[in-house]
Amino acid sequence: MSSRRSRSRQSGVSRITDDQITDLVSKLQQLIPELRGRRSDKVSASKVLQETCNYIRSLHREVDDLSDRLSQLLASLDTDSDQAAIIRSLLM
Amino acid sequence: MSPHHPNPSSLKSRFTTRFLRALTKINAQNPISSSSPREILQRFRRIKVAADKSMAYSVRSRRTWSRAMRWKLRSRSWRQASSVRRLKITTSCHQAIMKKTAHERENKTTTGEGVGFGVQTDELRELVPGGEAMDLCNLLDETAHYIKCLTTQVQVMRKIVDFYSP
Repeated sequence: MSSRRSRSRQSGVSRITDDQITDLVSKLQQLIPELRGRRSDKVSASKVLQETCNYIRSLHREVDDLSDRLSQLLASLDTDSDQAAIIRSLLM
Repeated sequence: MSPHHPNPSSLKSRFTTRFLRALTKINAQNPISSSSPREILQRFRRIKVAADKSMAYSVRSRRTWSRAMRWKLRSRSWRQASSVRRLKITTSCHQAIMKKTAHERENKTTTGEGVGFGVQTDELRELVPGGEAMDLCNLLDETAHYIKCLTTQVQVMRKIVDFYSP
């Protein structure tokens, strides 16, 4: 570990330390519902990244699905500013 | 999970306002009576673009992924307007952004040493807008923010769908 750090100091370019990456990976882990409860030392970094990719893909699919449902719903209703205000109050 | 008192400057409220405005516009443009499959498909595409656009423009902080997404959306709409001159301007803007991230790109391959998850990193780069040009540290940071915004987007859209469902 120390040898890696001294190597980065010699290069002069701002190198990113392994600690920073580990911190960022564990921060990501907390955002993913599948991995949230597990201890960060029990989940490998590559698993976190893999689950992150899967999670992002599932979120994209969900947005597509919701857009699809919205497009079907909008065909049958009449949005106006009052309803927009209602929704805004519901959401906040 | 959701706050009881409204926070008018939160990402959620900014996105909601923008998206609802876009939905109203989309609904006004298309005749409500006709609901042929082709019209529904066209509406679906417009809604999806509106959702991504609302999200990209609601982000306050200067995030690489939101900048990349805005560029993508802008170049797509300008391409559809088929103006060659505009496309040239977009390309030069894109080049300016890419030049700024060139320094970050230099760090891209050098920070993978000893960490051993190259394949997943490449996968992630494809999923996060603008990910190809980020170094690993920025990529992870941007991914975290991107996921946060995506979940907000899904949350709001789900509530809207539930509200309008019979």
